[in-house]
Amino acid sequence: MVKKKKRASFQANAPLLSQLDLISLLDSMTLGVLFMDPARRVIAINRFLEALTGYNREEVVGVHGENVIRSNLLSKGDPVGKALESDETMTLEGNIINQSRKKNPIRFTITPLKLTTGKKAGVMILLEDISLLKDLDNKIHGFSGQERIIGNSRKMHEIFELLPITARTDASVLITGETGTGKDLVAEAIHKASKRSRYPFIKINCGALPESLLESELFGHIRGAFTGADKDKPGMFRLAHGGTLFLTEIGDLSLPLQVKILTVLDDKEFFPVGGSKKVSVDVRIITATNRDLGELVKLGEFREDLYYRLNVLRLHLPPLREREDDFRLLLDHFFLEFKTNLHKKIKGFSADCLKVLSFYSYPGNVRELRNIVEYAVNVCPNETIRPEHLPKTLLTMGQALTPSASHSEVTSMAENESMSDNPAKTTSSAILSPGGWGQVEKNMILKALTKTGGNRSRAAELLGWSRSKLWRKIKHHALE
Amino acid sequence: MKILITIHKDEVAPRFDLTSEILITETEGEKITGEPRIILLPGTSGEDICGLAIKENISLVICGGIEDTHYQYLKWKKIKVVDGVIGPYQQALNSAVTNHLKPGVILPGAGISGEQSR
Repeated sequence: MVKKKKRASFQANAPLLSQLDLISLLDSMTLGVLFMDPARRVIAINRFLEALTGYNREEVVGVHGENVIRSNLLSKGDPVGKALESDETMTLEGNIINQSRKKNPIRFTITPLKLTTGKKAGVMILLEDISLLKDLDNKIHGFSGQERIIGNSRKMHEIFELLPITARTDASVLITGETGTGKDLVAEAIHKASKRSRYPFIKINCGALPESLLESELFGHIRGAFTGADKDKPGMFRLAHGGTLFLTEIGDLSLPLQVKILTVLDDKEFFPVGGSKKVSVDVRIITATNRDLGELVKLGEFREDLYYRLNVLRLHLPPLREREDDFRLLLDHFFLEFKTNLHKKIKGFSADCLKVLSFYSYPGNVRELRNIVEYAVNVCPNETIRPEHLPKTLLTMGQALTPSASHSEVTSMAENESMSDNPAKTTSSAILSPGGWGQVEKNMILKALTKTGGNRSRAAELLGWSRSKLWRKIKHHALE
Repeated sequence: MKILITIHKDEVAPRFDLTSEILITETEGEKITGEPRIILLPGTSGEDICGLAIKENISLVICGGIEDTHYQYLKWKKIKVVDGVIGPYQQALNSAVTNHLKPGVILPGAGISGEQSR
């Protein structure tokens, strides 16, 4: 009854709508509007588009719309052509070059126009100038989000070089690395630098939820699918539509869910829990784990087909102890960050404190270093951070380790076949080394030399170093 | 005088940096000498077209929208640029030969060939 009343009132107002001065209405909008006929000639543009392009509306009527906006839409698969053929509205980002020779980033929304008779009448393109948004985004996150990842070591430079490449494609990415190495940051940076950046980036920790709950979280459910499902839930796959779904701790995913993920990756569609209608999604998958997926495959705990499907592009983040040049950089960065945030007047670290910090092995990697600095800055009451301001666990761990532990570690490492493929093994070696990075490095050199029968060239190759670097390190550790 | 026009089908291409086809012709006085050459570029790059214009000793570039970087570069290389031209390239060429082509001009034939952009 109410609906009928509303419809009647709407119909009564229909003549009013047809008499509206559409152009004046469009002129009040802060978006560029372009109407084109089916032959893509300009029917009308609003005032905002005049300002964006530098053309007067009178002079461009009848001219090809593309010549007026000078966009890069044609190189994006001709979405205007697609809109003219279909009934779908599409939104995409691109740019235009105006009369002042300035290239502006634009968000285009292309909508097919239809007459009340159903006949196609052309397209309407909305042009939103996103220069300010882009500038703001650059200021907050940096262009690619990469600026938040700090590192100057060779291994991190390799990662920085790979990031833009991974961002350009839609292929699945597997990020591996020990806990605290920055897998989440890298995943977010890839998303931000990709064409999906304006769509959601959703992170799910596969190890944090029980299987049944995780399935519902990922794929959503239909009302009544199980006890307590009192309404429909869209699920993370649907919420991330157009964007990126980041599945962290993928190694903890149960086998039945692995099958379901595999199906989505292959078909790009799935059934929500309790649903009978397939849902299509366009989502890029980025996964991360600190476990050795190859090993899990061998143990039968991870599906081989899913492993290969996820492992299209792989980024391995080095642990902090392998980023020798970055330790001081990160330490200073976190120190400044917390000092500023906490309004402290601390000037720096004492030499003793720096010694303790540099000799520690950081099994929790960058996250652990950050937490240690946060603790120290909070606890320190004066101008210099001293060893007593560091977390007690750090000091006791250093004391608990005896030189014999280090010695036995050298032996066990020499017997070990793999250098650093197994993160778990490297982690344990780091924890057991009382000498911190220096000892770990020494062990690595010894292991490489043992493995190659003392051949320095091959040992350098194995370590990923130049011969001169190995020679320098051998001298440094007095291994000659 | 050697002229380079960025083209798309029968018209001046809307974007200099996204052009994949160029026309090069020579003129003497108000006459076009020889057969114009149409070159299909392997990709689209404003820098490549600038490089080609220098290599070919071009004196005048006729194009649609061009970024200021490319425009200033060509000017620095003593190449005259008439940009923002909309319409059939043949008309643009004829106007250029008679020295009547102005930047930002919408030529009378613009928009006649309805399927231009497809």
